[in-house]
Amino acid sequence: MNILVCISHVPDTTAKINFTADGTSLDPAGVQFVINPYDEFGLTKALHLKEAQGGSITVINVGPATTEPTLRKALAIGADKAVRIDATPMDAITVAKELKNHIEANSYDVIICGQESIDYNGQQVPAMLAAMLRLPFANACVGLSIQNSTATATSEIDGGHATYEATLPMVIGGKKGLVEEKDLRIPNMRGIMSARTKPLEVIASSETGGLTSAVAFEKPAGKAEVKMVDAENVDELVRLLHEEAKAI
Amino acid sequence: MSIVVFVEDWNGAYKKASFEAVGYAKNWASMIGAKVIAVTSSEAPAAELADYGADHCIQISLGQTAMGIAGQLEALSADASGVVIAGTSLGRSVAPALAAIKESALSTNTISLPLGTSPLQVKRGAFSSKGIETIELSGASPIISFVPNSIGIENASGEGVIESQEIPATELLQVVGTEVASGKVALPEAEAVVSAGRGLKGPENWGMIEELAEVLGAATACSKPVSDIGWRPHSEHVGQTGIQVNPNLYIAIGISGAIQHLAGVSASKTIVVVNTDPEAPFFKAADYGIVGDAFEVVPKLVNALRAFKAAS
Ligand SMILES: Cc1cc2nc3c(=O)[nH]c(=O)nc-3n(C[C@H](O)[C@H](O)[C@H](O)COP(=O)(O)OP(=O)(O)OC[C@H]3O[C@@H](n4cnc5c(N)ncnc54)[C@H](O)[C@@H]3O)c2cc1C
Ligand SMILES: Nc1ncnc2c1ncn2[C@@H]1O[C@H](COP(=O)(O)O)[C@@H](O)[C@H]1O
Repeated sequence: MNILVCISHVPDTTAKINFTADGTSLDPAGVQFVINPYDEFGLTKALHLKEAQGGSITVINVGPATTEPTLRKALAIGADKAVRIDATPMDAITVAKELKNHIEANSYDVIICGQESIDYNGQQVPAMLAAMLRLPFANACVGLSIQNSTATATSEIDGGHATYEATLPMVIGGKKGLVEEKDLRIPNMRGIMSARTKPLEVIASSETGGLTSAVAFEKPAGKAEVKMVDAENVDELVRLLHEEAKAI
Repeated sequence: MSIVVFVEDWNGAYKKASFEAVGYAKNWASMIGAKVIAVTSSEAPAAELADYGADHCIQISLGQTAMGIAGQLEALSADASGVVIAGTSLGRSVAPALAAIKESALSTNTISLPLGTSPLQVKRGAFSSKGIETIELSGASPIISFVPNSIGIENASGEGVIESQEIPATELLQVVGTEVASGKVALPEAEAVVSAGRGLKGPENWGMIEELAEVLGAATACSKPVSDIGWRPHSEHVGQTGIQVNPNLYIAIGISGAIQHLAGVSASKTIVVVNTDPEAPFFKAADYGIVGDAFEVVPKLVNALRAFKAAS
């Protein structure tokens, strides 16, 4: 089975977010970048699939050379091969097109994306990719099993779950549940050593432009000072919620 | 000229987020002198949509999956000046699929009405609500997917002309089953959320959390470790790597307020924190705080709210 895991390179979850002086982009100074947490579940799922049924795992990122450490980390965790499409994408549709071009030129049985990237929180690339490739798509995917060329996927939907059956290839937007938190793989020494010699192919970008652009970034307005209410006086809280906050 | 809006229903009744979506479309449409076309598979009275600004209601048997629906919306929005989709679970798949087939610009996580229409600019949440981006959308027929509850519901009047159409949905996969808890408030759209963390000590203590949620008509949620240990289902996990919520009221009980938790809840309008530790970081992000033991405070709060509801 040929598995493609799409990896997004994002600020660490604890990163303090700052914007450049002109306000038009993220200021990367002091920010540590990591594999998008949603993609970690996808990568571990890919390893489980490979271990059960054989195959090969390719990880891919559309981004500039600065994302290579993230791809190397994915190799250290166990992917067989990495591909970087050399571009600084303007928007999700451009990323999806670049990925589509690569997928069409290769053959993958499963394309595993994360439900969303925690940077721009777009939740856009996976559905776009599936629509462009006309492939089955399961978003918010919390379960995936594959038998021969049939996939059964479970997705979270509002208020519950849906189960889908599809003929491969298919695209998923995965999240926690795809594998459990405790099963997430972290690189070990052997993995790190072998990642150095695994192939990381850089492909030229085939798309230009984009349909959206960032005009400015700002930080959300800070909260006013918290009002403390005595634990013995919850009636006061109810009053405040009703009269002041108009929340009830 | 028209703005097409996707109207989702829940067991035949329109979702609240759908009224918000129609209102969004109405606001946008009036900026450019267009009509609002609402697309729905519900048999619920179209007049309900007209009350929020729908001029035309197209009733159609919508597909079962995002891809199927996106194909139908493509056909229905071919001449539209724009499309509005609420950011529900379904909407969050439909919008990007539609953007890809229409080759239209898309803004997800949108939290404002259009700031201007030539060029079209809106504000959207980014970096898990740690930033707000003003984004410009170019090209024909841009798509706006907004965060439920971020715009609010407003009455407006539309013409409410009803027509039905038949466009077959092309599905790329088969739905073999769905399992939906009836009567539960869906988290992303909930107006109030009661959330609890590891401070609750064990799953057996969630009864009082559910009671509190029930009095408030709220959805229940939890911190990540709570769903990791299996005290609560994954689908209740809120935060940067879970569901992002935007309710009017978020009550956090026994949650420390780690940066990753705050990232998914800080857009809530009013935040109440109950924690035994006065130094808990969550108090810095709260509007109202109680330093106290959840096991004492929550039952008292349930009673106080019941009394308040009974009196009002
Ligand atoms: C990559 C990554 C992603 C993450 N994503 C998320 C996410 O999306 N969402 C999320 O929630 N977390 C996330 N986390 C985890 C986050 O860092 C915190 O560990 C987590 O939010 C803590 O959960 P908690 O507040 O329930 O537990 P704790 O930190 O253990 O806090 C429990 C709190 O309960 C209080 N308490 C104890 N007893 C009582 C009592 N009787 N009454 C009242 N209060 C009491 C304590 O004072 C304490 O403040 C993520 C972490 C990482 C590394
Ligand atoms: N630049 C990128 N390169 C490779 N994959 C990406 C990229 N951006 C997003 N993805 C994939 O798409 C998923 C959702 O991202 P997004 O649409 O940005 O929220 C991520 O979890 C990745 O799997």
